Amino acid sequence: MVALAGASLLSVAVTVGIVLALLLPALSFFREVSLTEFLFGTRWTPRFTGQESYGVLPLITGTAWTTVIGLLVAIPFGLGAAVYLAEYAPWRVRKVLKPVLEVLAGVPSVVYGFFALTFVAPFVLNDLLGLDVGTFSVLSAGIVLGIMIIPTVASLSEDAMSAVPDSLRQGSLALGANKMRTTLRVVFPAAISGIAASIVLALSRAVGETMIVALAAGTQARMVGSPTEFGQTMTGFIAQTATGESTPGTLSYNTLFAVGLLLFVITFVINLISIRLVRKFREAY
Amino acid sequence: MATIGQIATRPLRAERHGERSFASIAFLVALWLALAFAVLCLVTLLVTSFVDGVQRLDSNLFTQYSSQVRPETGGARAAIWGTLWVIGLTAVLAIPLGIAAAVYLEEFADPTRWYNRLVEVNLQNLAAVPAIVYGMLTAGLALTIGLRRGVVLAGGIALALLILPVIIITTREALRAVPAEIRQGSLALGATRLKTVWKQSLPSAVPGVATGTILALSRALGEAAPLLLLGAVVFVRFDPDGLMSGFTTMPVQIFNWAGQPQVEFRELAAAAIIVLLGMLLLMNAVAIVIRNRYQRRW
Repeated sequence: MVALAGASLLSVAVTVGIVLALLLPALSFFREVSLTEFLFGTRWTPRFTGQESYGVLPLITGTAWTTVIGLLVAIPFGLGAAVYLAEYAPWRVRKVLKPVLEVLAGVPSVVYGFFALTFVAPFVLNDLLGLDVGTFSVLSAGIVLGIMIIPTVASLSEDAMSAVPDSLRQGSLALGANKMRTTLRVVFPAAISGIAASIVLALSRAVGETMIVALAAGTQARMVGSPTEFGQTMTGFIAQTATGESTPGTLSYNTLFAVGLLLFVITFVINLISIRLVRKFREAY
Repeated sequence: MATIGQIATRPLRAERHGERSFASIAFLVALWLALAFAVLCLVTLLVTSFVDGVQRLDSNLFTQYSSQVRPETGGARAAIWGTLWVIGLTAVLAIPLGIAAAVYLEEFADPTRWYNRLVEVNLQNLAAVPAIVYGMLTAGLALTIGLRRGVVLAGGIALALLILPVIIITTREALRAVPAEIRQGSLALGATRLKTVWKQSLPSAVPGVATGTILALSRALGEAAPLLLLGAVVFVRFDPDGLMSGFTTMPVQIFNWAGQPQVEFRELAAAAIIVLLGMLLLMNAVAIVIRNRYQRRW
């Protein structure tokens, strides 16, 4: 009994551990670099010896572009798939298509990164759509990121819509509304907090995803002005720097954790919003 | 305002409001396209990886180490062994801890207490923390306890922490599906609460627990981000032989190869992707078989 409680307290210890593991090196970082320079500086060149600059905004623009593009892909396709599966799909079709979404969710992100790098960027964007993008762009990384999180949006939204009681649908149909109207005006609003939670969770995953952006977005941090440009995200920077040599205690090692702390704080806020929304949607019926 | 009589006598405009109106059909087509897009992406991803990698799917891939100078005959031997070691350790660490925590939260904890609610919210948050953060946690932990970072033990700890919340959440769902009558019957016959859990709730929940655990492990199997922070990226040219041995895993190896400019490395990455997807498919198939064969309906 005590051992069991101990195991569940471990999860709290993990959170405390994460905060400490990120905070301590980050504090050493902020002893050398001011918080203002870090948060508002527009040049991120920690590896240029002699002219190091620690403005994190370039990494944030990279993350913002890939995240927004990813959500622009994942929200319409994910919601469309969810509405179809929850409201329209015959039992047999559902039985085939739900596992397809599960498989899509189970593909490792490094495989998506390879897909972005070797297929989406050179073939789909360059050859098929005639866009002027190089090997690396926030566009190809963002699109593939969006594909990866379609199942997140779809399966949670579908749960939310399936949880809407049938009496609401029947009431709407009995008043003469057709199925589309019932779906859009009755089921969708009734499930809105669950749907919102799915989108917020997708947002959190998009911000924190590493392997796709590390492979496909680019390896140089800069202020990204348009989707066809390359750039580096927060996670991309952590992945790239971590693979090089970095000795604990040095400024370059601490830089990693400063960026990691920022990433953790951003996703933490997003997750809390999502948890609140889920609770609201559980309470509804 | 229309009276009831007026509404009743108004002719129904089927072409605008019926199921076969233009808007309805366009809406349905849009929904179809959304799903078709998802399916198309999956098919394209699988086909392109297969086409790129199939000619390198030879015995060298399984028996040779990765080589910087001769990628055309290099292989993923170290990565395959490394994956088995790390995932094995992850399972050993995460499964007992996860089940213990879930049993406590579901069978013993009083959900109205503030500390149990804290654990609850905390778990939901941990499940959505970016994977790479778990790598940073483990790197910090290793530094504190004086463990070398790039070893199997560190990799197993990182991945176990990553999937612990998932295992706890799915195990709790499986336990929740066991009806209260089973527990009440056991308690009525004089069994203690611990005995009731051990002999009744937990055995009944085994299929659900097994399915959730296997799916969580398959997530760990495909995860590379936390391992990057442990320095598991070097060209490893030996099989790991213990918990303190250096290692690389399949996803890390794929990341490394995919980032190389030469086309031979790309082919090697694609071939390794086929192997990785094969491993995942196998695990998922096992999970589905367990779910279909042993799942009880109450």
